[in-house]
Amino acid sequence: MTADIRVMREDLRPPARPPRRHFISIKDVTRDDIERLLATARTFERSLEREVKKLPTLKGRLVINVFYEASTRTSSSFELAAKRLSADTMSIKSSGSSVEKGESLKDTAITLGAYDPDVIVIRHPQIGAPNLVTRVTEAHIVNAGDGKHQHPTQALLDLYTMREELGRLEGLHVAIVGDVLHSRVARSLIQALALTGAHVTLVGPPALLPRGIEAMGCEATTDIGAIAAADVVYVLRMQRERMQEGANYVPSLREYTARWGVTPERVRPGQKVMHPGPMNRGVEIDPRVADHADALIETQVRAGLVTRMAVLYDLLTTGPVGVKNETALEVA
Amino acid sequence: MLFARAGSKENIVVRGARVLDPVQGVDAVLDVRIDDGVIAALGSGLDTNSHRVIDADGLLLAPAFVDPHVHLRTPGREDEETIASGTAAGAAGGYCAILAMPNTDPVVDSAATLGALVDTARAEAEIAVGFLAAITKGHGGSELTEMGELAEAGAAGFTDDGVPVTSAGLMRRALQYGSLTGRRLALHCEETTLSRSGQMHEGEVSAELGFTGYPSVAESLMVERDLALAAYERQPLHLLHLSAWESVQALRRARGEGVQATGEVTPHHLCLTDEAVRSLDPNVKMNPPLRSASDRTALIEGLKDGTITAIATDHAPHARHEKDVPFEAAPFGVTGLETAFAALYTRLVEPGVVPLETLLERMSAGPARAYGLDEPKISVGAAANLVLLDLNGTYRVTAESFRSRSVNSWLLGQTVKAKVRATIAAGRLAFSS
Repeated sequence: MTADIRVMREDLRPPARPPRRHFISIKDVTRDDIERLLATARTFERSLEREVKKLPTLKGRLVINVFYEASTRTSSSFELAAKRLSADTMSIKSSGSSVEKGESLKDTAITLGAYDPDVIVIRHPQIGAPNLVTRVTEAHIVNAGDGKHQHPTQALLDLYTMREELGRLEGLHVAIVGDVLHSRVARSLIQALALTGAHVTLVGPPALLPRGIEAMGCEATTDIGAIAAADVVYVLRMQRERMQEGANYVPSLREYTARWGVTPERVRPGQKVMHPGPMNRGVEIDPRVADHADALIETQVRAGLVTRMAVLYDLLTTGPVGVKNETALEVA
Repeated sequence: MLFARAGSKENIVVRGARVLDPVQGVDAVLDVRIDDGVIAALGSGLDTNSHRVIDADGLLLAPAFVDPHVHLRTPGREDEETIASGTAAGAAGGYCAILAMPNTDPVVDSAATLGALVDTARAEAEIAVGFLAAITKGHGGSELTEMGELAEAGAAGFTDDGVPVTSAGLMRRALQYGSLTGRRLALHCEETTLSRSGQMHEGEVSAELGFTGYPSVAESLMVERDLALAAYERQPLHLLHLSAWESVQALRRARGEGVQATGEVTPHHLCLTDEAVRSLDPNVKMNPPLRSASDRTALIEGLKDGTITAIATDHAPHARHEKDVPFEAAPFGVTGLETAFAALYTRLVEPGVVPLETLLERMSAGPARAYGLDEPKISVGAAANLVLLDLNGTYRVTAESFRSRSVNSWLLGQTVKAKVRATIAAGRLAFSS
């Protein structure tokens, strides 16, 4: 009798845990992965139009957000993304945690790993921090920005925004303007755009265009006039906090703004303008450009929520099965 | 200049090995008899008397290695390495002599600090160890050390390794005064205003990964300066851990013009390129950094044509917890004493890139000559400094396999060929497996 019950219960057991998957660098994913994630995000966008926005998809899952750097957009959107999918969430910030007592990243990761989280979302000022966390925990790791290296979910939300607004990625011409050297956003975006068949031109002062960057599959120029030919002008934050004292990348912010600031005179009507935020109005972007109808900055923030929902969903399910079918999601 | 603990000299017969000493022109299957620590006879079917017999059929016997660049972390960081552990690691790597760098805590810049090291070495060094002393006090770059007294106390040479001698004027004074000691000046060439904050070689890989670049020109600019000063002062010097194509070019040109300059290169710069950094493994982070494929090719060419005459491990032990951090937070340096020959044999000799004879010479006589040390050699009457190698033995490098106190090796987990089976250093059997 009991044996019969056991047999009947076999198929009710939770399926074996899927193999661990991480989202650390755009370099690690394929064009198919990107297409799948964008399609999933679109499905979630539809679901958020309903009156009750919460989906039961990740009920019982634990998502831990660990942020070693200040963040508004990324941390809030990851937290909300997990909540909208009914996952339990916990957010750790370096201030007010054991990090302030000098705890190493390895020990913090092991401590959090002891709670058996399904996903750890990490932002850290040092390149390679997410890789270290993969070595010492069993969780799926999502990189929410590691030093100047990668910010893959930002690239994903930018692709999502471009495709929604312009209807395509293949053949799109995107000019990325500003401090490429210190920008993880730029690195992820260049790779993601190259992967999806878009054309990328980098524009900035010589010292802020890293030597050898063209090997990533883009062009680089110091001529701000080059943005005129682009469908999208993607403005990077002038990262003042990363500017070393006396490094002299540019003589002054004033000179930067005069030569590379994105002003109404330098963009043409219909040209879309994007910015990962937070903006330095009046430095890399003129407020008139930032507030113009062609600016997609707020759209990017909304896209951040649904693409991060897609990433969490994708890592915790086995892949594309049922993703493109909206009804399948509702019963999941 | 070299110090080791006293030990009983061995009476050994190594039987049936391929005996290879490229400098002496020996390459034959021979027996080698060692009487009281000295090579007494080479020949076939030698009498073993009551000697210990090492059956070396199928093995290679060569002059033991000399490592001109090791960090023994003593004094100050004995948790990372000691004279005992570092020399044991050297013995396991086939070395009969190593030179320790003075960038310890405190820096070896006084006869008192040096004297304490010499005493320790006499008590616990498994193989001969020499100590370089600092060029400038505290490696501060502003005041010369008392080189005369340090040389008398046993300094094997002078260096500020870890940091460059920034001031050209002071470098000139060091060359002038250092000449009185008869000891070599060894230079870490780095223009720090170009390398500052650099994490890896500046190039396509650093551009993609986002690391601050440490360009080749940061090294070669300083190499050019120091060679120009050496030429002007007509003094010899030794260039540490060369990594860049431009540096090799500069050294080749200077040697051609008669400058008495020597140079060394590490196993990791000969085996790896900056592509390895894509792994973000802190064990491929070192200063100078791994450079491009064309730099690596130039280093190999320089090694082969004799521009670079020494292979140096730059063995740099680091505590486990200090390397178990994100790449960007990790200190520079990797270990190498125990894996140098295997790495180079596997990556360069087996594929036919570098002849075995060249590798053996650059790991033994070459580095000894650069510092004016006795060259290990296989000839009757010479002190027995020998390494017995199994060129067919493959093994996996694991953290447990090291005698060093630290395990920050770039070869961890990899399988290599060529095993050190025994090391005889100054007539003592210092290692056998």
